[in-house]
Amino acid sequence: MNFSAISVVYRKELKEWLRDRRTLISTVLVPLLAFPILMVGITALATVMIGKAEQEVPKIMIIGGKDSPQLLERLQKIDKLTVVPYADNWKDQISNKEIRAAVEIPRGFQTALAEGTSQTVNVYYYEGELKSSFGAGHLQEAIKDYRDSVVKERLAAKNLAPSVLTPFEIKQENVAPPEKVGGASVGGFIGYAVILLCLTGAMYPAIDLTAGEKERGTIETILSSPVSRFDLVMGKFLLVFSASLVSAILSVTSMGTSFAILGHSQLMHSSGGESLHLSLGPLSVVAVFFMALPLAVLFSAVLMTIALFAKTYKEAQSYLTPLTFVVVIPAVASVMPGVELNTKLALIPILNTSLVCKEIISGTYHWNSIILIFASTCVYAGAAIFLAVKMFQREDVLFRS
Amino acid sequence: MIETRGLVKTFKDKKRGEIRAVDNVSFVCKPGEIYGLLGANGAGKTTTLRMLATILEPTDGTAIVCGYDVVEAPEKVRANVGFLSTSTALYPRLSSQEFVEYFGRLNGLDEATLKKRVDDIFTRLDMNSFRDRRCDKLSTGMKQKTSIARTLIHDPQVMIFDEPTAGLDVMTARTIIDFIRECRQRGKTVIFSTHVMSEVEKLCDVIGIIQSGKLLAEGSLVELRTRHNEQDLEEIFVKIVSPYLNTQEA
Repeated sequence: MNFSAISVVYRKELKEWLRDRRTLISTVLVPLLAFPILMVGITALATVMIGKAEQEVPKIMIIGGKDSPQLLERLQKIDKLTVVPYADNWKDQISNKEIRAAVEIPRGFQTALAEGTSQTVNVYYYEGELKSSFGAGHLQEAIKDYRDSVVKERLAAKNLAPSVLTPFEIKQENVAPPEKVGGASVGGFIGYAVILLCLTGAMYPAIDLTAGEKERGTIETILSSPVSRFDLVMGKFLLVFSASLVSAILSVTSMGTSFAILGHSQLMHSSGGESLHLSLGPLSVVAVFFMALPLAVLFSAVLMTIALFAKTYKEAQSYLTPLTFVVVIPAVASVMPGVELNTKLALIPILNTSLVCKEIISGTYHWNSIILIFASTCVYAGAAIFLAVKMFQREDVLFRS
Repeated sequence: MIETRGLVKTFKDKKRGEIRAVDNVSFVCKPGEIYGLLGANGAGKTTTLRMLATILEPTDGTAIVCGYDVVEAPEKVRANVGFLSTSTALYPRLSSQEFVEYFGRLNGLDEATLKKRVDDIFTRLDMNSFRDRRCDKLSTGMKQKTSIARTLIHDPQVMIFDEPTAGLDVMTARTIIDFIRECRQRGKTVIFSTHVMSEVEKLCDVIGIIQSGKLLAEGSLVELRTRHNEQDLEEIFVKIVSPYLNTQEA
């Protein structure tokens, strides 16, 4: 190994890389902007959209109810709703968003209520449509209020207290620290995103330095120089690895910043109404970065090995696109509910790193797992580098026609 | 000095099976001499020269270049060889000077020597006007000069030219031809492949005619003319190669 030759190759590749707009976009801009856009942008947009939807007074329609004036009157008095006259095509009107919801009061509802017979009041809405959900929600709230008042009257008539129906309360309370709650909620996503950006950051330099070199006809030029194939591969590999690391560093930094902004702006709230803990401590950032290191080595070597088979940039892209899915599947699997780190999963590349990142972010450090994952990924990475060096020594690969 | 000893190179092809691209080729090329490897397309010229430049490894046989075996010491061979062909392209995002300096550094030149050599070569080849221009912005002639500068930066004793004028215009081709002559004058060992008869007549001290990987004839132009009782090199070439082509076609 000639460190001087490796350094010469690396510095030259770095110079060319810094002058290439395509690789700069994939390695610097995307990781830097992806998180702020995804996290802050989308959350802010969602908040604005929900706010707007809440401000709208939904139009609703009442089906039937002429023989039930009490409920009819209650529904017509709701401030948050505008009642429109009945039309036969009410289903189409909901689907076409002309009205947001409809309520059907069954025939003889009030009489049946007086007789103590149970009846069903149907609320119709457009599932998945936010404004329709709000309209249906207001309707349900009003109907429940009416039902509660009927119950209260019946209890009063029999001289019974309302507590008869609720002899005791049930309360669910979180005891996990806020950072663990935040980690469990978004930790998987962070690991997944860092892994994916490590891959995409390395992808374009890997293609450019192998298939790109073949396509431009410079492979024969460089092979005629005295640099050994091993030193050449190592110089190129280090550049691809650097690109992957830059992506990882930028993505973790931009992620930390995005979460800090979100945490302070109170844009994101947990279902319980409390603010979700979204800050990434320096230790978490360093640990996630440290765990991403061997994975970046693995990606760089594998990407170079595969791209070297291709004769052109486009051909290499078509080889590497399926690889993205191979990486995404285990990364996504780690986000699935119930998937937790164990000894077997700790040996599966990508999935193990994604899972350990999730734990690290929630403040859990299982050192045995961390060491096992780091060591196993290092072994895979070493094997991938060995393969890349071997591939650079194969004439049928270098001069494939 | 180049000495090839029974060089063989075979490739595996899915449809055609094993292809013997170079078949037991032996010749000697001395310092201050231009050896012309003359052959049709696919005759085995490029493969032979790639083996001499250690870009490809021989399947059998070997070659000694500047005292180093191409199989045993490929890196030392490359340190003593300047290799130029139309397929040795330039790095588009480097400037002409950066490109030449890169190869100087790969050849282990220290910064002071490198600077002196770059200045000398750029002045000699009249390249100073475009030394800071990116290679993808250079004209064909400028690119060829940059490639020449790249082969000269480590002052190699052996120059290998693989069809260096293919696809070039007259003026650019002339620059290359002049450069090859200059290499001979400086006492370098020069091997040059082509299928252009006029270039061989103009330049070569020894001509080797190659077809289907075999070296079929060898000698100076005068020797070949005498041996085949023919003045025109093209006729001599066809006379030597035809029987072999007929055998192949049959």
